[in-house]
Amino acid sequence: MSIIYVLLPIALFLGFGFLALFIRMSADGQYEDLETPAYRILIDDEKITSENQLEKGSIHVS
Amino acid sequence: MSAEQSGSSTAVETPASGVMERFSYDDRIVRQFILATLVWGFVALLLGVFIASQLADWRLNFGISWLTFGRMRPLHTNAAVFAFAGNGIFAGIYYSMQRLLKTRMYSDLLSKIHFWGWQAIIVSAAITLPLGFTIGKEYAELEWPISIAITVIWVVFAVNFFQTIFKRRERHIYVAIWFYIATVITVALLHIINTIQVPVSLWKSYPIYAGVQDALVQWWYGHNAVAFVLTTPFLGLMYYFLPKAAEKPVYSYRLSIIHFWSLVFIYIWAGPHHLLYTALPDWAQTLGMVFSIMLWAPSWGGMINGLLTLRGAWHRVRTEPILKFFVAGLTFYGMATFEGPLLSIKSVSGIAHYTDWIIAHVHGGTLGWNGFIIFAMVYWMVPRLWKTELYSVRLANVHFWTGFLGTLVYIISMWVAGITQGLMWRAVDGTGRLVYPDFLETVLKIVPLYYVRAIGGGLYLVGFVIMLYNIYKTVRSAPADLKDDVVSAPRLTRNTIENLGKTPHRMLEGLPVVFSVLTLVAVGVGTMIEIVPTFLAADYVEANPLLKPYTGLQLHGRDLYVREGCYLCHSQMIRPIPSETLRYGEYSRAQESMYDRPFQWGSKRTGPDLARVGGKYPDLWHYRHMMDPREVSPGSIMPAYPWMYRDKTDFAIIQKKLKVMKSLGVPYTEVEVRFAEQQAREEAKLIADQLVAQGAPKGTEEKEIIALIAYLQRMGQDFKKGLIQ
Ligand code: HEC
Repeated sequence: MSIIYVLLPIALFLGFGFLALFIRMSADGQYEDLETPAYRILIDDEKITSENQLEKGSIHVS
Repeated sequence: MSAEQSGSSTAVETPASGVMERFSYDDRIVRQFILATLVWGFVALLLGVFIASQLADWRLNFGISWLTFGRMRPLHTNAAVFAFAGNGIFAGIYYSMQRLLKTRMYSDLLSKIHFWGWQAIIVSAAITLPLGFTIGKEYAELEWPISIAITVIWVVFAVNFFQTIFKRRERHIYVAIWFYIATVITVALLHIINTIQVPVSLWKSYPIYAGVQDALVQWWYGHNAVAFVLTTPFLGLMYYFLPKAAEKPVYSYRLSIIHFWSLVFIYIWAGPHHLLYTALPDWAQTLGMVFSIMLWAPSWGGMINGLLTLRGAWHRVRTEPILKFFVAGLTFYGMATFEGPLLSIKSVSGIAHYTDWIIAHVHGGTLGWNGFIIFAMVYWMVPRLWKTELYSVRLANVHFWTGFLGTLVYIISMWVAGITQGLMWRAVDGTGRLVYPDFLETVLKIVPLYYVRAIGGGLYLVGFVIMLYNIYKTVRSAPADLKDDVVSAPRLTRNTIENLGKTPHRMLEGLPVVFSVLTLVAVGVGTMIEIVPTFLAADYVEANPLLKPYTGLQLHGRDLYVREGCYLCHSQMIRPIPSETLRYGEYSRAQESMYDRPFQWGSKRTGPDLARVGGKYPDLWHYRHMMDPREVSPGSIMPAYPWMYRDKTDFAIIQKKLKVMKSLGVPYTEVEVRFAEQQAREEAKLIADQLVAQGAPKGTEEKEIIALIAYLQRMGQDFKKGLIQ
């Protein structure tokens, strides 16, 4: 069971590492834009319907 | 290329030098995945109702081997998880990721290979599982050739998926995609690690892990299959489709970030809660328990974020079936993720484990959460993808209420059954004796509830069929020509990728590779810490030279046990709980399963534990019991296995089996391997002769039943002989 003495610190280190990352990001005011992404997905794509435009070879079907 | 400058309404953060590009989304693939979801959903639910009815009345297997519970149950779970939910996830991912990333899928060909490959895998599962070709580990039953095919197709999907992220036109990666990324990576990891098998023949293989290690790996997989197939992708889908349907932005974007990272990090540790009180080392059990309880927080973070997204739209829930499905789905998710941590507490697990309470828990999640989210998604996507209106909103509402009622009837009946049986098993009277020593009595008590459950499942199925009709009518009214819409968005220049936002998290979002690696690390840590020690087996399963591996015949009989899916009704793990050792004998030790590939500890006791059944009854008892359990156990709901009395034992393969086992480190001698077939025949002859002496008919030595009895009589013998301390 000695393996636990190696594994537990690694686990704790990583766990707290993640936590530290979060705290730092929050404290630094890093999440300044937490609004637009949520709104952006609600805007539907503009559909292009004119057949003419389609044939000009400008479609980039990728 | 006409270079229109910005001014696009699609991008809030239009890059200054964006070149407008026109493209279309691949909606055909989404339509195909939706249809597959509907077809397999029907199959999965029908199978569920079928096996539920078999538990109420065993005769419903019609005496046909491939229709028996043990073979149909894996088909039901695989169909539900990988065919129904799987195709539903793919449909939702292909639809939402193209739109969120403003690009067509990377390759239509890869999408097609993914679609048809996945369907082929499902069909092959539907053929092989009833035939009894199984690895014998829950939710990972598919034999090695199919297992490899799954890996290949998954990689095809992953390549298509990540390449699509690379060529996106939207800098920011929306929260839904993170959940998809976690899914794509982790499922690959789980699947590969859990199903490393060594083939014996085309349709038979042994896992490289044995006993405790196999159990730990399997439940690490099993639990995370729930996490990364039935949770993370669904949360991702919820984060896209719910705001779309509600026409409201997600309640808190910040919460979504926190809840994503914590969920991914914590989930991976929780696996051992499936193995509380087993022979798994205590520290691993405690670790699993603690992390399971911690999981409650991020899970509810997701639920709350979803429900609050509906703020100001609640009045619409009354009329719109799609929102109803979302609200109920999220509520069931909240319920299941509250129940999960509760069940992970050792003392609760002590009562609930092996009972129908777990079945209730699972179905609250699958029927209530996964099913409802898929239904909401399908009702939302189908009219858009087929460019028409939903045929009937009323029918969709009827579907909701039937499904909702069905789920409640299902869960409540199984709660009652589980708690009833759990309490009966542990009831001990003042003199220290079991109040219900006859296991069968505890089964018969809950059989009426099995009928109720079948009705609940039936209702859910009826609701589903109503949806099928509704969708059929909707699709019928679609225009003949379903051209993909052409849309436009500015190209994402190299420059904009480099100039990603200043915040670390924003930078992560912009760098899918880095992001994926970090997810992998988060997932990998939990994995390593729990699994690596098991590779250092010498550390905790001490090699015991006194323990002899199974004889060839016993091993073959064990494989028949696996083939028939006995492990789906019987456990082989006696927990150190007083009532349990009273009923079954000394609790199970890790050493006892050190040669077991796969481990067969089981997860459900529809029948009694078999860990120490060897020597409990004479051979003849088993002979009569397997022919028809009711002969010796009146009222039993165990299926009869008449074909094992007809079909011949494949003695020729036994040598091959011992060879593979030997290569895996099982201490068979050269002589044992060389004369494997001959020895097995002699052993079978001995048992058959003894059976004749006890009154059984002659000429059974070549029949499968003899091999099975050889195995049943071996179980627990090492312990009884005092070879294990
Ligand atoms: C549908 C669930 C179910 C399946 C599948 C099933 N059993 Fe059973 N089994 C039971 C039930 C219930 C009992 C208790 C009543 C009885 O003795 O039949 C039982 C009892 C037993 C017993 C007697 C245990 C004892 O201590 O009295 C043995 C042995 C057994 N089963 C072996 C098997 C084998 C081998 C298979 C696979 C070929 C199998 N069972 C498959 C439900 C099942």
